[in-house]
Amino acid sequence: MIRIENLTKRFKKLQALGDINALFNKGQVISLIGPNGSGKTTLIKSILGMVKPDSGCIYVDTKPINGDPSYRSQIGYMPQIGHYPDNMKVGHLFNMMKNIRKVSDAALDTDLLVKFNLVSIFDKPMRTLSGGTRQKVSAALAFYFNPDILILDEPTAGLDPLSSEILKEKIIEEKKKNKLILITSHILSDLDELTTHVMYLQEGKMIFLKDIGTLRQETGQDRLGKAIARIMRDGKKDALWIDEVLAVKETGITD
Amino acid sequence: MLKLSRYVLYDIIRNKVIIAYSLFLFIVSFSLFQLEENDSKAILSLLNIVLIVVPLISMIFTTIHYYNSYEFIELMLAQPLSRSGILLSEYTGVALSLLSAFFFGVGVPVLLFAFDETGLALLFAGGALTLVFTSIAFLASVKARDKARGIGSALLLWFYFALIYDGLVLLILFSFSEYPMEKFTLLLSALNPIDLGRIFIMLKMDVSALMGYTGALYKDFFGSGTGIIFTVGIMLLWIVLPLWWALNAFKRKDL
Amino acid sequence: MRNILIVLLLLVICNVSANTVVVGKNSSIKTLRQGIAVAKDGDTVLLTKGTYKEGNIIINKSIHLIGVYAPVLDGDHKNEILTLTGKNIVIKGIHFTNAGYSSLNDFAAIKVIDATRIIIENNTINNASFAIHISNATYTTVRNNIISGTHKSEHLSGNGIHLWKCENAMIEGNSVRGHRDGIYFEFVTTSTIQNNTSELNIRYGLHFMFSHNDIYLYNTFRNNGAGVAVMYSKSVRMENNVFDKNWGASAYGILLKDISNSHIRNNKFIKNTVAIHMEGSSRIEVSSNFFQGNGWALKVQASCDDNTFHHNNFNGNSFDVATNGTMTLNRFYNNYWDKYDGYDMNKDGMGDVPYHPVSMYAMVVEQNPTTLMLMRSFMVSLLDKAEKAIPGLTPENLVDNKPMLKPNKL
Repeated sequence: MIRIENLTKRFKKLQALGDINALFNKGQVISLIGPNGSGKTTLIKSILGMVKPDSGCIYVDTKPINGDPSYRSQIGYMPQIGHYPDNMKVGHLFNMMKNIRKVSDAALDTDLLVKFNLVSIFDKPMRTLSGGTRQKVSAALAFYFNPDILILDEPTAGLDPLSSEILKEKIIEEKKKNKLILITSHILSDLDELTTHVMYLQEGKMIFLKDIGTLRQETGQDRLGKAIARIMRDGKKDALWIDEVLAVKETGITD
Repeated sequence: MLKLSRYVLYDIIRNKVIIAYSLFLFIVSFSLFQLEENDSKAILSLLNIVLIVVPLISMIFTTIHYYNSYEFIELMLAQPLSRSGILLSEYTGVALSLLSAFFFGVGVPVLLFAFDETGLALLFAGGALTLVFTSIAFLASVKARDKARGIGSALLLWFYFALIYDGLVLLILFSFSEYPMEKFTLLLSALNPIDLGRIFIMLKMDVSALMGYTGALYKDFFGSGTGIIFTVGIMLLWIVLPLWWALNAFKRKDL
Repeated sequence: MRNILIVLLLLVICNVSANTVVVGKNSSIKTLRQGIAVAKDGDTVLLTKGTYKEGNIIINKSIHLIGVYAPVLDGDHKNEILTLTGKNIVIKGIHFTNAGYSSLNDFAAIKVIDATRIIIENNTINNASFAIHISNATYTTVRNNIISGTHKSEHLSGNGIHLWKCENAMIEGNSVRGHRDGIYFEFVTTSTIQNNTSELNIRYGLHFMFSHNDIYLYNTFRNNGAGVAVMYSKSVRMENNVFDKNWGASAYGILLKDISNSHIRNNKFIKNTVAIHMEGSSRIEVSSNFFQGNGWALKVQASCDDNTFHHNNFNGNSFDVATNGTMTLNRFYNNYWDKYDGYDMNKDGMGDVPYHPVSMYAMVVEQNPTTLMLMRSFMVSLLDKAEKAIPGLTPENLVDNKPMLKPNKL
């Protein structure tokens, strides 16, 4: 569904992406994992066409993405931090997106709108919303048009545990509908129950892309966090970061 | 694209800055017409507003708006919309709101008190300068890396067109005072939209008599059909070229 | 009714000593030429209604030629219509039209040569190159005539009222338009020009040269190609005139060149390119004038000295005073300048801070006129402000030490 060939991007001195090759298919939930600055967001933005790669190419449904923006109608994107026009009301925002996407009301997925109870704040201007509520709006927007591909950048960050659960359930539901879902998250425990594949990036390089079953088998670890930690320990790479991951993971458990 | 402009426009119109700007223009123009004993003196004072304040506010407002809607632009980029479409609808929204503020603030008093050729020339120049400096500000914003640089370069550009350029002209005229410079000054006036607007209005005020040979030449030129086409054409170039440049830069930009 | 009036008029005139000759369709004398021929000194020739085309008619007797119901003397575009010489001639109430044009002779509708005590009044003259041409005459009166020219180009057109080498002339209440110069004076002394309106002339409304001890009062000069020129003369009094809209690349309210010992008082200068341009002039008193909306109110060249400017009001002029030198020997005091922003601590109505009426930009423009393309730009106003704070270029002694805070009552 998405094919990435020899993708390279440099920001001045920083090698953001170095020769990435990957293939993502329907029904997969890909977890993008890596330390800060490893190129996760750059990769996502490249797929969305926000970052123009220096070389290489991305195909969505076998079509290269440069030029025609229409491929994005298949993609739902939830950004890390959603900023919206200050004076726009929530209802307006959904209306506007509907206008832009030109999707009939019957085809809309209002599941999250209902579950997050966003309809009740439809007449509130965006600037009055808290960060968490904005995240809910972003999430609802990403699923609103029932896209074949979902790209979620730190989806659960800033959400309360209840909303976080709702979102996770929604992701699982969409996974069952045979959609392609790309997730980045620091909270590996969140990904545990969702993910089918793990793509691990470091310093702009793809270290591996494996399905979770293989990963568990290779490492003998059931939990994703530990599995990755094991791999990294074995590879003796960036051991410091692994400790960081584990620390995060542990706080995730105590939550 | 127009749909998007509608939302941008809607967002800006509700913005207090643009309301304050139009009220400021309205109060200043209205009181000028009330206070000055004759309308042509009021037009002269308005001339300064049109030549200095309108470009300044247009530049600053556009730049700040651009950076404030950066995330909105990002959101739009994730939708099936082309980049030039997004930037052009931003431009249309900003330009339309600034234009309406100008035509409300200055246009209404002028039409009420000084509805003649000079008044219309003033409105034409003001409208054109609004569009030109919105265009230039878009270029500065797209080219600059961050908000501070963006606003800084917008201010510098304004300072250049409003003041420094005329200083350079003075310098040139004195350095080459032995040569016939009249025709050359026509070219010089085309290289600065503020100067072009000023000369265009001044000739409608019939100041040309003061300018001796230069005035006669200008009067001949700007009074003729060619001169009007020249003025409108150069103004259009000043609107289109920076915008075109901004569009090209925006298309290649990583967001 | 008309006929009765004429008869009554004739009776009245007949009762006076002199004879009256009636010329017209209904009279035994059909042509003006015949009428003049039979008239004797002191007689009155009445020209009744009708159009007369008789070529050039010469009057050299002391007769009164009076038109009744505006008879028309038509020059047929070929001839000078009337030529007067001698003394005590009156021409009154006649409509002159289509006087001829010649590039060799100054053909006129009415020409006066070598004459004294001539009165030309209440006539209408149109389509003439020269309308009234007077040379070498004394005690001439030209009064209440309405003169309109052809608006042709400068060299094809003549002057409205042209005086050359005259004394004690009185030009009064005339309206002149569409000629080369509205009123032209050369070598005319001790004469008066008053209550005339001279407008829309191709060159000057009033052109005045080598004419001493003259007065002009209550005239209006409007919309003339080059305004009014007063040159090479002494002791001229110019009072209560209006100089209005003399607007063009080289138009002046008054152009003064080599004038001395004169007065310019109580005039109004409104919307002229240059209200008063002075060169080579000395001992002129310019007082109680009103300058409004002119490009330059005063251009005082460095060749002028010992002039005084006081109790004038300057309002809304682009430049108040311009000069081309750095030294000035003229005095300014008690003028009202609308651009003055000083204060008056002792409440005597005069500002405590001197006013320098020459702006920095005025000096710049004087040196390099092309810089006028920068007029009303932000940079120019900054330049002027800076020069006010730290004077350097503007002439230091061109200053009004006692500027008025409120406009002078005029």
